[in-house]
Amino acid sequence: MTDRVPVLKIGDVLLVSIQTDLEDQMVLDLQEDLSNRIVATGARGVIIDISALEIVDSFVGRMLATNASISRVLGAETIVVGMRPAVAMTLVELGLSLDGVRTALNLERGLGLLRRLQASRSDRA
Amino acid sequence: MASEENTRQLTEALSAKRDEYTAQWAKTVGRSLRGRLSSAELSREFGELYDAIVQAVAEGIALEGRGEQFAEVRSLLIELSRSRARQGFTPTETATSVLALKEVLEPELTGSAEGAQIYLQFARLLDDLSLLTVEEHVKTREAIISSQAEQLLELSTPVVKLWDGVVGVPLVGTLDSARTQVVMEKLLQTLVDTDSTHAIVDITGVPTVDTQVAQHLLKTVVAARMMGAQCTISGIRPQIAQTIVALGIEFGDIPTKATLADALREALTEVGRQAESDVRGLL
Amino acid sequence: MRDYGADSVSVTEVAVATNGDVVKARQMVRTLAQSSGLSLVHQTKLVTAASELGRNMLVHGGGGTVRASAVVEGPRKGVWVEFADHGPGIEDIGLALTDGWTSGNGMGLGLSGAQRLVDEFDLDTGSSGTTVRIVKWGR
Repeated sequence: MTDRVPVLKIGDVLLVSIQTDLEDQMVLDLQEDLSNRIVATGARGVIIDISALEIVDSFVGRMLATNASISRVLGAETIVVGMRPAVAMTLVELGLSLDGVRTALNLERGLGLLRRLQASRSDRA
Repeated sequence: MASEENTRQLTEALSAKRDEYTAQWAKTVGRSLRGRLSSAELSREFGELYDAIVQAVAEGIALEGRGEQFAEVRSLLIELSRSRARQGFTPTETATSVLALKEVLEPELTGSAEGAQIYLQFARLLDDLSLLTVEEHVKTREAIISSQAEQLLELSTPVVKLWDGVVGVPLVGTLDSARTQVVMEKLLQTLVDTDSTHAIVDITGVPTVDTQVAQHLLKTVVAARMMGAQCTISGIRPQIAQTIVALGIEFGDIPTKATLADALREALTEVGRQAESDVRGLL
Repeated sequence: MRDYGADSVSVTEVAVATNGDVVKARQMVRTLAQSSGLSLVHQTKLVTAASELGRNMLVHGGGGTVRASAVVEGPRKGVWVEFADHGPGIEDIGLALTDGWTSGNGMGLGLSGAQRLVDEFDLDTGSSGTTVRIVKWGR
């Protein structure tokens, strides 16, 4: 049994803070947990904090992109926050650009972006 | 053939006239350097070197100076080459420092057939030692060049904070991949450190933009975007815009502006809009 | 590419049979990269490449061995890593090294992406297995 990454709920936002070096199985588990929790809680936003991650390879990168797509289908916006400069430079070189994934510099800015997105959505509604 | 007899004779000859030989040696070298080093300094340097050589030779004339007994000589020569290289002397001038001893000894030793043989052996040793100085000289110069290149890299990429939430890099000179790495790393780190959401890379000082440079700029833009910041390229001069279009360079998703002022204005507008909606969100 | 593996005095290795082993191999490479004085960006690139190649080896080669060692060449210091498996080998190397081509369920960036992240890349494949060797230099 591998460890699972905890998914925290704050209001209508789900917060995932990845603190350990990810094993592939944990990545897959997280993807499953997240979609379950979005449905169960009716969350409108998901923030994935990767500021503690020293590397993001194509597998984790793909998980981030897939999560963004899945949560969008389920009516929630995903924002990836805190990517380290070295990680961003490596991903670019690797050929990954995470198109379609919203990003923010840190948790605070991520929450701000979520709020703005929700505001503009309710404006339109 | 380097018999013990030869060794003894050479050591004796060298020891007997030590002061005379070193003085001549220093003088010969001093002449070739045309007074750029003081004679006191030269006599001290060559005195030490001479003694070390005599001591090493006393253990047997080796054909080359790479043996164990020449360790002391080598370390003196390496020191000499390094200081010469730093002072801007040429490799020839450095090597001459060693070769000049041949000039001094030639008339002294070649009087007899036996002496000539000893001299030839000794000369070969000196040739080898002079090669060592050239090698060391080049090595030192290379080290100086690479450390200067590194300093230049650091100097040429200042990342400045333009406004709250906006940082900028004025790029000057050619943009190769090593430079891009440094610029990118510094810029992205500054975004994190200053919590800035906007970056402007100004290429007014970049002489040419080709496919490769565009590629480097694109990488920077994409990396910043993945971190949650927006990066704009400004300072596209008319000629550069023309080349870009004429060459069909793919600028793709790179947000560009003609001047730094334009880019800054847009960044500020956006920062302001964000702040406004943040305030509205609180009400 | 120089035979860094044979030249090196101290080679550390990790046998890779599970996902957890890939993490272990990654950590071994990171420790070496740090002690060799690679910059943070270089470290990250090397470890990411190791992660891609380690996973490749597990998925396509059925696991294998990761060996790594610090290497020195003149003034340069670097890290050498070898990934060796006894899998079926790669049929079309050109294709496998193409961006976006995948035989598994990845993004098809494993081999080609890893190649871009390092300074030296050497691929040796046949019916008795595949060996990939990479080197990342400090400067």
